[in-house]
Amino acid sequence: MSNFGFYVIPVVLAITVILGILKKVSVFDVFLKGASEGINSTFSIAPSLIGLITAVSMIKASGALDIFANFAEPISNIIGIPAQIIPLAILKPISGSGSIALLDNIFKNFGTDTDIGKIASVIMGSTETTFYTLTVYFGCIGVKKLRHAVACALVTDLVAIVCSTILVKLF
Amino acid sequence: MMNYIWGFLMVISVISSFVTGRIKELSDAVLNGAAESVEFIISILGMMALWTGIMKIAEKSHITDFLSKIFSPFIKLLFGNGSLNESAFKAVCMNITANLLGLGNAATPFGIKAMKEMQKSNLNSEYATNSMIMFIIVNTASLQLVPTFLCTLRQKNGSENPLNILPILWLTSIIALVFGVAITKLMEKAGNNNE
Repeated sequence: MSNFGFYVIPVVLAITVILGILKKVSVFDVFLKGASEGINSTFSIAPSLIGLITAVSMIKASGALDIFANFAEPISNIIGIPAQIIPLAILKPISGSGSIALLDNIFKNFGTDTDIGKIASVIMGSTETTFYTLTVYFGCIGVKKLRHAVACALVTDLVAIVCSTILVKLF
Repeated sequence: MMNYIWGFLMVISVISSFVTGRIKELSDAVLNGAAESVEFIISILGMMALWTGIMKIAEKSHITDFLSKIFSPFIKLLFGNGSLNESAFKAVCMNITANLLGLGNAATPFGIKAMKEMQKSNLNSEYATNSMIMFIIVNTASLQLVPTFLCTLRQKNGSENPLNILPILWLTSIIALVFGVAITKLMEKAGNNNE
């Protein structure tokens, strides 16, 4: 069952191409047209990605997350989030690859099927790399005033973090 | 807002590195970060090209029309009737489909396409529209049927049942989605035009 994931991409590609051929679409020509649009939009978001990824690696290297985790600990104790989870909860909205490394670390130290391992898994799966999403999606179209986007997105993440702790302990 | 976020990240990391004495690490991070970001862009370049190409085929062979029909009640509920133009609507559907299937890398190109289409009907191009924000929130709740990567990582670390967290995961995502959508709708109603 856990191999299921490997089937998703090939099956999606095959279905699309087969349906395209059946509908008499000139699949390769159409693919090329779409692909060149994709390349253009990647280059259009490149400057904002360079700026943000550099800022994120600076944050990771500076130790700011440890400082922040210390401040957040008393608050998280009230809600009942295990202290070992806090760095993950803080890093996930900022960095996808960073949080994967951290999750791997949590699995190695506390196991995958313990409460901590399960809470970490659920947090990982139910939250998004919010700042990355905000930067890429708004950066690529040049929107500068995000209005309530940041607040609402972070609240959504926070709800997911609190819920994952409560639900794992409940079941 | 973007200016504040980026500026905040920069300033906080410099100050923290002074406090924690990790100035050398920070200086390395500046150099490596810029280099890494270019590597990252090159690595997503292929993904972007591949998936936008595939989406074009899906469009021409009316797969996206079919998906739009399935998701349209859900999308109309969230975004309001007629607030998305046809291309934006389709891109949003493709993005949701890719997310549900756990194809995060494919979801991003569709998401960018959706944002670009929404921007076309934006009257004040510096401000985020309600639809754009709602779209971000739907992405933030990150509802996936099969989080492939997460399950693989659990299995690699010796989980007896890598998939046993899925029901809790779905429930958490749904609760977060409902909550996020509710608060976004409230903010829309409040007519919050601040940054």
